[in-house]
Amino acid sequence: MTLIKTKIGRRAFIKNTSLASGGLVLGFSFLNSCKPEQAKEMAVREMPKEWFEMNSYLKIGDNGLVTIYTPNPEFGQNIRTSMPMLVAEELDVDWNNVLVEQAPYHEEKYGFQFTGGSRGISARWQPLRMAGATAKHMLKEAAAQTWQVPVAEITAEAGVLRHAATKKSAGYGEMASVAATLDVPEEVPLKEVKDFKLINNSQKNVDAKSIVTGVPLFGMDIQKKGMLIAMIEHPPAFGMTLKSVDGAAAKAMPGIKDVVTIKSFKDGYEKGGFDTNAFPELVAIVGNSTWEVMQAKKKLKVEWQPISAYTETIAGFRGKETRNVPAGLESTTAHKSKMEALAAKPGKMVRKDGNPDAAFKKAAKILERSYSAPFLAHNNMEPLNAFAHVEGDKVKIAAPIQIPSLIVPTLASSLGIPKENIEMDLPRMGGGFGRKAYAHFVVEAALISQKVNAPIKLVYSREDDMTNGIYRPAYQATYRAAFDENNNLTALHVKAGGVPESPLFANRFPAGAIDNYMAEEWVVDSNITIGAFRAPRSNFMAGAEQAFLDEVAEAMGKDPIQFRLDLLKRAKENPVGEENDYDAERYAGVLELVREKSAWKENDATRHRGVSAYFCHNSYAAHVLDLKMENDKPVVEKVCCAIDCGVVVNPDAAINMAEGAITDGVGNAFFGELTFEDGVPQKNNFHQYQMIRMKEAPKEIDVHFVQNEIDPTGMGEPPFPPIFGAVANALYKATGQRHYEQPFVKEKKVVG
Amino acid sequence: MALFNLNINGKTQEIDVDPNTPMLWVLRDHLKLVGTKYGCGIAQCGACTVHLGNNAVRSCQLPVSSIGEEKVTTIEGLSENGDHPVQKAWLEVDVPQCGYCQAGQIMTAAALLEKNPNPSDSEIETAMNGNICRCGTYIRIKKAVKMAAGAAANS
Repeated sequence: MTLIKTKIGRRAFIKNTSLASGGLVLGFSFLNSCKPEQAKEMAVREMPKEWFEMNSYLKIGDNGLVTIYTPNPEFGQNIRTSMPMLVAEELDVDWNNVLVEQAPYHEEKYGFQFTGGSRGISARWQPLRMAGATAKHMLKEAAAQTWQVPVAEITAEAGVLRHAATKKSAGYGEMASVAATLDVPEEVPLKEVKDFKLINNSQKNVDAKSIVTGVPLFGMDIQKKGMLIAMIEHPPAFGMTLKSVDGAAAKAMPGIKDVVTIKSFKDGYEKGGFDTNAFPELVAIVGNSTWEVMQAKKKLKVEWQPISAYTETIAGFRGKETRNVPAGLESTTAHKSKMEALAAKPGKMVRKDGNPDAAFKKAAKILERSYSAPFLAHNNMEPLNAFAHVEGDKVKIAAPIQIPSLIVPTLASSLGIPKENIEMDLPRMGGGFGRKAYAHFVVEAALISQKVNAPIKLVYSREDDMTNGIYRPAYQATYRAAFDENNNLTALHVKAGGVPESPLFANRFPAGAIDNYMAEEWVVDSNITIGAFRAPRSNFMAGAEQAFLDEVAEAMGKDPIQFRLDLLKRAKENPVGEENDYDAERYAGVLELVREKSAWKENDATRHRGVSAYFCHNSYAAHVLDLKMENDKPVVEKVCCAIDCGVVVNPDAAINMAEGAITDGVGNAFFGELTFEDGVPQKNNFHQYQMIRMKEAPKEIDVHFVQNEIDPTGMGEPPFPPIFGAVANALYKATGQRHYEQPFVKEKKVVG
Repeated sequence: MALFNLNINGKTQEIDVDPNTPMLWVLRDHLKLVGTKYGCGIAQCGACTVHLGNNAVRSCQLPVSSIGEEKVTTIEGLSENGDHPVQKAWLEVDVPQCGYCQAGQIMTAAALLEKNPNPSDSEIETAMNGNICRCGTYIRIKKAVKMAAGAAANS
């Protein structure tokens, strides 16, 4: 057997003495089944008398129970199951004997606790398996020392150590006390894919039982002794800020403790990439209960004033960037005319292969199409919230956020306390989708707590949440294709931009597959804040590109799947340019798989099908979507989906996520839209903002994974972007009309 | 403020609140029953669904003063051991993603099956259409509702 040896970092092995806990807890093995005959096993499990910490990710009890600390915050992608599976796989422990606990924020122990960018599993793939493998190695060493036999002769399986020759055996619990005192090995072998027992075998969500019985799990559910409820009042429009507040009437309302103002940033503070905040100066109202605070909020008398234009430097992932924030009250109609004006002019050239200008000049035929999509609000079911308790120069936070470490510098600066005095628990998020990466609400909660000198939970109303900003930007892309007299594709030109961000990925397919190619971009400045939204930029570009390629294939009289495969063949065998950031073979692989699984037929007249495929977050996804029109409304009958994300850790959970991404994509393609008038978001709750509901959801979704042994890549985001193209292409088949402007369904009727 | 004696999950609870306070906030803030979720506050998302008698209602639009002696059941009281057929089906199908909306979905589904033990696809869609799932688990929700209906029919 070949073993992969991996060096381990020291910092993963800081022990968690403060996290040890006693008493009785529920093991989650009882979640694995709810058949009546097994209900008796749903017993409260006796906790060990003593825990032995092997490293910061796991501790072993004297009775063999194992607690695994899952490092990243959970927002529904089920990493609280899949991350512990990685540890348990290499530890070779019985999954029924594993308890999962959420690690608090602790960068030294847990590294970058980042939930986003579909990076969770890929970033933790080695470290978490190493945590399990080193612990197993130490247990084997402990057994070897105890039994006075060579460590190489010890085997470990399902939580039991054995020495075959002497027929000795012991549970992990028996060896844990010795193992915990041993040196952490310098190198550990990791299993090969073929030897996985747990990974790639579906395990049920470890939190499902708590979810279906209403156990407090979410940030919003936090209750602490003496805790008050706070709400904020932000300006009614982007481009406005606080002028003055008269809180007397509000403060006189029942149950109200205080009305205060807060300023989220200290003057001169250099913001990080996730410090986005349109409304840094706020009014906060604090009281005994949410309802009382909501009522009192209506009595606030606030004067707002226009902001002045400013330029700020942001120190983000890509280094320092300058952002221009204009003054004024913006409207969607004005955005549209600015976008059209910029789209008509040359943009910033990002990539140019061959001689596209000459190819377009020589073209026998040119196809030009423009695609657009509006701002979108994340609309997580759990509105933004955070618990904070500032006491002197210390703060305790418990907040549903995606990137705890990136809000720490802001908290330290804004509160004027040292970073090391910030403690943060990471409760479950009721959805995130990018929105909870921008943790301004944590800073707000802490500042309010500091001002009122009490533990508080800040609760955003749905209206506060929907109108606060950090939206998916509005985008536009214009594609042009040149054909020669034989109807061959000779050049492709993409020019894309947005408010206030360009969605362009110049080096993605079909770059690399076409001799003459150019990609340009442009940006419209705005004071409406934007942020990551499930598969940022890709969530627009995929739809535009894949709808355009469909039209190009049609113009060339080719089958849309075969046309894409022909381009990918060219990109694989003789790529144009050197910076193509996709693997043409894996890309073609998902198209071939979806062609097979959907029983795709050329010129299939029996149904209205659209195909679409995309690469993002290092993974590949392709969809075939079947749609019919009923009473002028599109009904998605079935989506067949193929994904290549490398090794799939927890297949059924990954299928669940793909089903969700597809449904989310169909919903946003049909209905998603936020518009503005004079800086005011025109929707503030679900009576106005149409979310996909069960009636509109796809009736059937069939998910397939490419089976390979590649280290895991992204999963939460990749199936989302291409669905927009699949919807557009199927709508064309069903209605005979191409759809260029999202959302595709307006006022219950298909636009076209 | 006024005193109310409420029958919640089979227990009588006395609380002293503003009569206009919606049951959602009575449950969450005063009784610390936080399984019932706040999603929109305007009866559009279903996250706050509870049973009033045998009916699924949106607790965010239900003033405490309107309850009287009617029994209120929340997700915490749907079953003693989390073994209501709908809860069991939810576990079997492994429905949740983020999970925030699921208590409301379960309460709506349980009330539907109480009245209509064998609903058609279209009846399920109609009953469940008031409950938004932002993660998009509708396919699994529907499957679990059908499974729970089947389990009840077979028992």
